Amino acid sequence: MPQSPLRTRIWSAATWFPAVLFAVMLSTVAKAADVKVAVAANFTEAAKEIGYLFEKETGHKAVFSFGSTGQLYTQITQQAPFEVFIAADQARPEKAVKEGFAVPDSRFTYATGKIVLFSKNPDFVKGEATLKDGKFNKIAIANPKTAPYGAAAVEAMKALGVYDDLSDKIVQGNNIAQTYQFVDSDNAELGFVALSQVAAKTEGSRWIVPEDLYATIAQDAVLLRGGEKNEAAVAFVKFLKGPKALEVKEKFGYGAGK
Amino acid sequence: MLDLGELWSPIRLTLELAAITTVMLLIIGTPIAWWLARSKARWKEAVATVVAMPLVLPPTVLGFYLLVTLGPNGPGGWLAGLAGGRSLAFTFEGLVIGSVIYSMPFVVQPIRNAFEAFGERPLEVAATLRATPWDTFWSVAVPLARPGFMTGAVLGFAHTVGEFGVILMIGGNIPGETKVLSVAIYDYVETLQWTEAHILAGGMLVFSFSVILTMMVLEKRMGRPGL
Repeated sequence: MPQSPLRTRIWSAATWFPAVLFAVMLSTVAKAADVKVAVAANFTEAAKEIGYLFEKETGHKAVFSFGSTGQLYTQITQQAPFEVFIAADQARPEKAVKEGFAVPDSRFTYATGKIVLFSKNPDFVKGEATLKDGKFNKIAIANPKTAPYGAAAVEAMKALGVYDDLSDKIVQGNNIAQTYQFVDSDNAELGFVALSQVAAKTEGSRWIVPEDLYATIAQDAVLLRGGEKNEAAVAFVKFLKGPKALEVKEKFGYGAGK
Repeated sequence: MLDLGELWSPIRLTLELAAITTVMLLIIGTPIAWWLARSKARWKEAVATVVAMPLVLPPTVLGFYLLVTLGPNGPGGWLAGLAGGRSLAFTFEGLVIGSVIYSMPFVVQPIRNAFEAFGERPLEVAATLRATPWDTFWSVAVPLARPGFMTGAVLGFAHTVGEFGVILMIGGNIPGETKVLSVAIYDYVETLQWTEAHILAGGMLVFSFSVILTMMVLEKRMGRPGL
């Protein structure tokens, strides 16, 4: 009896499937020198550049996942396979150490961040007066519960005494990257974003929020348990502390860490 | 401490959004379904395809296009301008527009099927009795297609309640305005507030179960599958 076409197809699938599976397994073995890094969204651009330099110098490849610090931390508590955690605050990396997700003593401040009030419109932002006048429909901030840059924005608005007046106009980005997208797409006229996001840009108008209006955004990184035995992860942490990474951080407007 | 007001606000908002969306979809979707069921136009399947596309498109695709269209440089911005705003993104109205598009196939498809199920015969009979097309539609077609309307309304409502990705992209997470149930759950999970997340997520489980069960029972009782 001739085989039905369907059966032939199933048989051929049965022969190539193990081969594919084997190839996939091989490729994961070959990539063992990768390091999986969870990165707070404000550090996106800098991390990409650091990752590029890291790969050039060491041959290891850094694979980044971006999100808000809170999101990433939740994923870490649920055994996400990250090996390094680059947060936008100190609290979550500290908690990661305390709760046993990170290697004790590996925590360090890699940078300090600044917030900036930014608008795409060239003449829109004119310092704190813009906030006090409140002549806009929507102002974007990052979710203050999960994103330290959002928390800093709320703190600054409170310090200026405009928070209550503006609270109806606030829209929240899921992380600082989405917040910037809201402003860049002009759906919100202005917003508090990370200086690193607009440091390289000349367009729009901006007001770098004076640092006495909010607590310094000290950003910590930590080696996670999963990366303890991965030479690439250890190397990446070292690289992040090094001079080449520092150059990148400064380029994006970050203050030096410790 | 559990803040019940904080839990209730997204529930109320979600129910409002789903109710308004369902009503809008019944109004917009019925003529579309009727046309799809009756028309002999060759390109009608192309229209049916457009209506069905949200079934397979990632919510991010819809979210992206909506963000562009609703924004100040799109038609949404123009519409908002009429009401003194400047963008429909981050507004309840914007969510309604997004939900209508997103849930349309769930309403149009069952109604179209119901319109097709009873065939030409009842309509011809009505015509021989000198009923006007308008009259035929309301006193013959709509009552005959009732199961389809029920299924469409229930599915459209439930699907809107379950909407997440699109709203995350165009909502801006504003309490009482755009922070719907699914986004609130996401927020609670991301901030490790498991208790609140459990309450809302558990509620959604019960809700979905009841909806699907009710629909199955209804369909059985009416003896005419809507889908």
